[in-house]
Amino acid sequence: MGSTSTTRASAGESNLSMVSPVGRGGQLEVFEQRAPCASNGSVEKPVTMRDRTEVMGSSGGDDPAMPFAVNLLGVHKSFGTVHAVKGVDLAVRPGEVVAFLGPNGAGKTSTIDMILGLTRPSVGKVEVYGMGPRQAISRGLVSAVMQSGGLLKDFTVAETVAFTAKLFAMSRPVSEVLERAGISDIAGRRVGKCSGGEQQRLRFAMALLPDPELLILDEPTQGMDVEGRRDFWRSIRHDADRGRTIVFATHYLEEADAYADRIVLIRKGEIVADGTASEVKALASGRTVRATLPGMEEAAFRAVPGAEGVEVRGDTVLIHASDSDTVARYLLTSTAARDIEITARGLEEAFLALTGDGDNRADDRLDTPTGERR
Amino acid sequence: MTASPTSASERKNPQLGGFSVAVLGLEVRRLLRNRRTMLFTLIFPVFFFLVFGLNAAYANQRVGHGNVSAFIMISMALYGAVLATTSGGAMVSVERALGWSRQLRITPLSPAAYIAIKMLTALVLGFASVLVVYAAGLIVGKPSMPIYAWVTTGICVWIGSLLFAAFGLFVGYLLPSENVMQVIGFLLMLFSFGGGLFIPLSQFSSGLRTAAEFTPLYGLNQLVHYPLVGGVLHWTWVANLMVWLAVFVAGAIWLFRRDTARV
Repeated sequence: MGSTSTTRASAGESNLSMVSPVGRGGQLEVFEQRAPCASNGSVEKPVTMRDRTEVMGSSGGDDPAMPFAVNLLGVHKSFGTVHAVKGVDLAVRPGEVVAFLGPNGAGKTSTIDMILGLTRPSVGKVEVYGMGPRQAISRGLVSAVMQSGGLLKDFTVAETVAFTAKLFAMSRPVSEVLERAGISDIAGRRVGKCSGGEQQRLRFAMALLPDPELLILDEPTQGMDVEGRRDFWRSIRHDADRGRTIVFATHYLEEADAYADRIVLIRKGEIVADGTASEVKALASGRTVRATLPGMEEAAFRAVPGAEGVEVRGDTVLIHASDSDTVARYLLTSTAARDIEITARGLEEAFLALTGDGDNRADDRLDTPTGERR
Repeated sequence: MTASPTSASERKNPQLGGFSVAVLGLEVRRLLRNRRTMLFTLIFPVFFFLVFGLNAAYANQRVGHGNVSAFIMISMALYGAVLATTSGGAMVSVERALGWSRQLRITPLSPAAYIAIKMLTALVLGFASVLVVYAAGLIVGKPSMPIYAWVTTGICVWIGSLLFAAFGLFVGYLLPSENVMQVIGFLLMLFSFGGGLFIPLSQFSSGLRTAAEFTPLYGLNQLVHYPLVGGVLHWTWVANLMVWLAVFVAGAIWLFRRDTARV
């Protein structure tokens, strides 16, 4: 498993580990999934983030001189009685564009705050480029665009950037970051007079100053209109193309899908899925074939042609597949399966199943940016 | 550190935790842009001096090495400088409320450098406040005292007002609100009366006078007038100043620590 574990970021990888809360009564069940792009037919042990971090420790992957951009090891965060983050293990490789996708209150912001050293984990360890978060920030390795607030109304746009630039040992020229964030034309405007979208671009310009290796964006398009959101992502995407590592939190499914190489689904302070956008999409789309078939082992089901995910509940089996016809045909012709039911689930619904609560879905709902067309 | 990427090892921490004269300059410029601050710290003290310090009934009466007009000029300069330094310290309150201090936490600026910038910004504004009152005094020509007293009282007022930069920080961390200046304005007015800046303490009843001697501006006010008034230097003045300095600095450090642990 060592070899597969180190190719997380590359295309065509074959394994995706899923811990899915689709089980009854809210209990978690392990859900193994082979992505459609798998080239080898053998069933491999899934590689979880925990395995990877245990194998590789804190100092990296393929290249031992290249530490993870972000490495979270068994991180918990509690605020009084609220357990916001419950044991997150996550390693982000340099160059990845990773989305933290989850409903509001899932623990995304708490996790980001710990990566930025704004709060310390209650339990566990956070490393950024092999060092403590505060060190990484002090050296300008990491910068962030925060959700809201955080700007002085009585500075102008250019003064805000100039002030921040002076705090770094080395920084890009003010005019350059204003240009790249697309706010050169409002450089002389007071921050208090800027729109929400302009203020967000200003935060982006400030984050570009140290030319960071890792850029973190916490719900960056919150409160922006459709056009502002599209323009903002165009700037970010342009930036990512230059090889910068980007981690962003969002509760917009479409944003994660469109802009991330890798999606980390977070629900109630835990990672429930982690994979490339296409893998998670494949998992989220497709159909579920349900059948009654007593006395068959889970491993045997996994060998059913076309099966991508298997869940056994007593005499009932749920097989997840993008090609459900093949699965159903096999079950009907080669096994004693009966009561076959095929249900489709949409992307939205699938994500709700993964990230939702079950009992109070309305609060946990994943939003879709209204009117967004790509 | 062999495990760092090259780009990481090339990167450096800023010197002095991010403190620089350029940053200080931008902070001062921003503070001067605040109309209310300008009004309270630069216009009011001059106005009060012109109203109280030129009254023909007593302005030319002798006090120590000079006259009453000079005495009132020093009092008003102290009032302005204290307002200025307190405002400077209390900027942390507004910046916390706006989330700016959180934004600064994701830059290399160290908390100590942040406090240093706030204190020095306060001192710059305090200096401006002393300067305008003393300039007004020179222009109208009424205050009279030896040149060394002009210089020493001016410096004492300026340096002494640093006590209230600590007070401003303390209150700023205590009251995270954009309206902190209203609370501070009221408290400073009380302290100013207690310190005898507006009305000589000799006109208070003896009970009230004893109480006034324990307020934070009392010791400082007596000390800054000493080069003009001369005579006996009471240890109680120094004690008053030292105790309040200890209280404000300890309070500011305590709340600052609590703040950086939590944010």
